[in-house]
Amino acid sequence: MSLLILRGVDVAYGDLPALTGVDLVIEPGEILSVVGANGAGKTTMLRAISGLLRPRAGEITLDGARLDRLPSHAVVERGVVQVPEGRKIFPSLTVLENLELGSYTAAARPHRRESLDRVLGLFPILAERRRQAAGTMSGGQQQMLAIGRALMARPRLLMLDEPSLGLAPKIVQEIFRIIGEINRAGTTVLLVEQNTRQALALAGRGYVLENGRVVLSGVGRDLLDNEHVQRAYLGM
Amino acid sequence: MSGTGLEIRGLTKRFGGLVAVNRFDLAVAPGEIVGLIGPNGAGKTTVFHLVAGFHGPSEGLIHFDGVSLVGLKPHAICRHGLARTFQLVQPFAGLTTLENVMVGAFNRVGDVAKARVRAAEIVDFVGLGPRRDTPARHLTLADRKRLEVARGLATEPRLLLLDEVMSGLNPTEIEAIIGLIRRIHSRGVSLLIIEHVMRAILALSHRLVVLHHGEKIAEGPPAAVARDPRVIEAYLGEAVEETR
Repeated sequence: MSLLILRGVDVAYGDLPALTGVDLVIEPGEILSVVGANGAGKTTMLRAISGLLRPRAGEITLDGARLDRLPSHAVVERGVVQVPEGRKIFPSLTVLENLELGSYTAAARPHRRESLDRVLGLFPILAERRRQAAGTMSGGQQQMLAIGRALMARPRLLMLDEPSLGLAPKIVQEIFRIIGEINRAGTTVLLVEQNTRQALALAGRGYVLENGRVVLSGVGRDLLDNEHVQRAYLGM
Repeated sequence: MSGTGLEIRGLTKRFGGLVAVNRFDLAVAPGEIVGLIGPNGAGKTTVFHLVAGFHGPSEGLIHFDGVSLVGLKPHAICRHGLARTFQLVQPFAGLTTLENVMVGAFNRVGDVAKARVRAAEIVDFVGLGPRRDTPARHLTLADRKRLEVARGLATEPRLLLLDEVMSGLNPTEIEAIIGLIRRIHSRGVSLLIIEHVMRAILALSHRLVVLHHGEKIAEGPPAAVARDPRVIEAYLGEAVEETR
């Protein structure tokens, strides 16, 4: 059974439609990438899944149960966790405090110790910096913290919104490598990226959003070879 | 005014015990495009802040076309012909594209009608003509990045400092910005560019300077710098050519 399904989802900001009739399926264990221009609706889609926006029409289901009527905290309780664009860590809290907040949910709290060991194992720099105020770290380290904080909630579906934003090439490679590692350890990943090439290379499957509609979907590698994708998103 | 371009010597900035920039030398000759790269937190944006007068240096010299910029306020530096853009673009959200660019034009002209004419030319030049009367809050990120460049251009700089104008854009949008930067250069503006998009910085720069922990670790022709093992270790992670 598919993990997450969007069926005919419409989202609008006032009169302005942001998503129109979006159908999308995420299978357990996969990495799915959603690419598209700025303003295509990628972040809106994540926010709708997270319960931060209410679809005007259509439905979103997790394991067959409706997700789109739940408040965000209940979505997180069900194991769907978003890493927001621009990290949004708590800058004045320490690294450790940020991580602990990630395991706030009832389901995650009893596993805090074990989750923390796992996150610090994935990101040794966070262990080194655990007592430091999070806002004083570099952009790459803050991105690692944002991902680590999400992992503390023990997600079944981890949603990442532009994790490569503003990062040096070496750190981008590192972040993408770790996303692969998290996925191989059993977490399903939904990745939204402007870094189209690396996102589609990492993903099993991909979707292309344009003006709030899904215009293409398929195997990541096939999309990379697709003439429209090359022209519109890869600058070829 | 003697056209000697930008000359930075021994530039140092300390924040408390942290040395953000350490004895940094940099020159940008008239007509040159120089790329400034380095890991997050290396001190690149601090260099921009120092040059544009947002911070005062702890030590060092900053000269632009023979004038010392140290101690001058940002607006005065801008009047000397040196403009910068910001990584996080913050246009006046309620003003239109044209009005935002007019704010830049007021650096040179006090007359509203003249500023409007000048701004309109720049808006067309950066490709925002069709968005001229759109409030900035309704622009896409790619267009807001163009607006940021337009605001800088409207101040009529001889040297323009661009801080990650390609960040958050997809490869096709990046190609368009590369084209825009080339057109700015052919207007006779020199450029100092901070950017993580290596394909773009390699295509545009005449010379690359690499900053790491506040210090220059490499400088030279882009292709040579991209092959420098220290640069690969500190910044690139792997060689750039023919990856993916």
